[in-house]
Amino acid sequence: MNWVTKTFTSSIGRKIIMSLTGLFLCTFLVVHLIGNFQLFKNDDGLAFNVYSHFMGHNPVIRTIEWGLVLGFGFHIYEALMLTMRNKSARSHGYDQWEAKKNSEWTSRNMGILGSIILVFLIVHLYNFFWRARFGTLDPDINKNDDLYRLVVSSFHQWWYVALYVAAQASLGYHLWHGFRSGFQTLGLNHRKYMPLITNFGYAFAVLVSASFASMPLYFYFFTNDEGAIITSAPAVLQHLLVAFN
Amino acid sequence: MAGSNPNAKPMNLTLRVWRQPNHQASGQIVEYKVNEISPDMSFLEMLDVLNEDLLHKGQDPVAFDHDCREGICGSCALFINGRSHGPEKGTTTCQLHMRKFSDGETITIEPWRANAFPVNKDLSVDRSAFDRIIQAGGYVSVNTGGTPDGNEIPIPKDISDRAFEAATCIGCGACVAACKNASAMLFVSAKVSQLALLPQGQVEAQTRVENMVARMDIEGFGACSNIGSCAAECPVGISLENIAILNREFLTAKVVSNNMA
Repeated sequence: MNWVTKTFTSSIGRKIIMSLTGLFLCTFLVVHLIGNFQLFKNDDGLAFNVYSHFMGHNPVIRTIEWGLVLGFGFHIYEALMLTMRNKSARSHGYDQWEAKKNSEWTSRNMGILGSIILVFLIVHLYNFFWRARFGTLDPDINKNDDLYRLVVSSFHQWWYVALYVAAQASLGYHLWHGFRSGFQTLGLNHRKYMPLITNFGYAFAVLVSASFASMPLYFYFFTNDEGAIITSAPAVLQHLLVAFN
Repeated sequence: MAGSNPNAKPMNLTLRVWRQPNHQASGQIVEYKVNEISPDMSFLEMLDVLNEDLLHKGQDPVAFDHDCREGICGSCALFINGRSHGPEKGTTTCQLHMRKFSDGETITIEPWRANAFPVNKDLSVDRSAFDRIIQAGGYVSVNTGGTPDGNEIPIPKDISDRAFEAATCIGCGACVAACKNASAMLFVSAKVSQLALLPQGQVEAQTRVENMVARMDIEGFGACSNIGSCAAECPVGISLENIAILNREFLTAKVVSNNMA
């Protein structure tokens, strides 16, 4: 083994890859979220479809997309490698184990949270990405693929909305520990700025996951089958009665 | 006894103790009763009472590690009621007093659990993996000669304080025992940052961190998940900031050292 492979297969080296890919994926979340906010524009999805056409056809975006694939791939691969190493470091467990008294639940369950996010990711990619890229969607009045229509119909199914909200809660908890942890692994922990990183990470976790979760909830509760916003309170109630029946 | 409380009521306790004859044998939890325990006793003195009782009955006493019983040496190492060195923060087992428990309580006592710390017997584990990590680089090579003058090498006060904070690590292994991953990162980071902060240690800083981390991995300790159980359970309060320093030192050494392997 030369020094490069030796570095990145060591316990610290693997963690460094985890943190770099994790923080890169955080930047992806921000971009994805900002784009998705166009779903709230009450224009029958025309702006959102322009944006999704751009994201699906622009050569720069298509190139960065491969970076994203690698980011997810390495993050998941290193998580598996580290988990196997960590499990094999203690084959005989304790009879009594009070970890909750010395650490946060999220930090001890990153693997479970990550696995929930992975399941969500597969469903999410199949439903939206796969159909947009390889399927055939009806065009909107601008002749763009009407991905908005697919979003509206998906988010009018209760189980789909429930899966999304559960996955976003997992993402929130994952980021709650992961954001700060990423900086710590890179050695960026200093008494001057660590409180800032920690608190920014908490705010990031809550805002990102809540914003993503608000989208399926918005469509399920506050829009009609066409995706148009229902403005009056009685109409929302009537819509919900129909939805639950 | 100086400082003892004459009104303190003696306690009767049930102990659930891990018994294992040797490294190869399988072990199990065995229940014992100890009576008339003074709340002023240390946890180890309570175990002394148990062992005296066992000897009188002609049974094998419980093996556990201890030496100074002053909280300095890092020999005592018991996992008490699911936590390293028991429920009290910033305390070694020998400095944990029975007044922290209540009469009639059941106390579970287990050895440190990590594959890198095999059980010798009962509650005593082999922590020589730590010694081998130190041997890999946790030292400063000096040429013996005349005694150097004090303060010959100027070191700023805040730096020497931080190095001293890291140097307070007693190598007990509570961090490994408390970690979900049985990781030795807090121990290694304390030793690495203690020496990396000081000019005498900086000379060998790169080879030190590379060799110590390599040894840590060979010994079979887990990786760090930044959970913080280690620092929370550390009897001398070694902070997670040291692990960040270790990671910085490691990454820098890997990028700039002349070690091609």
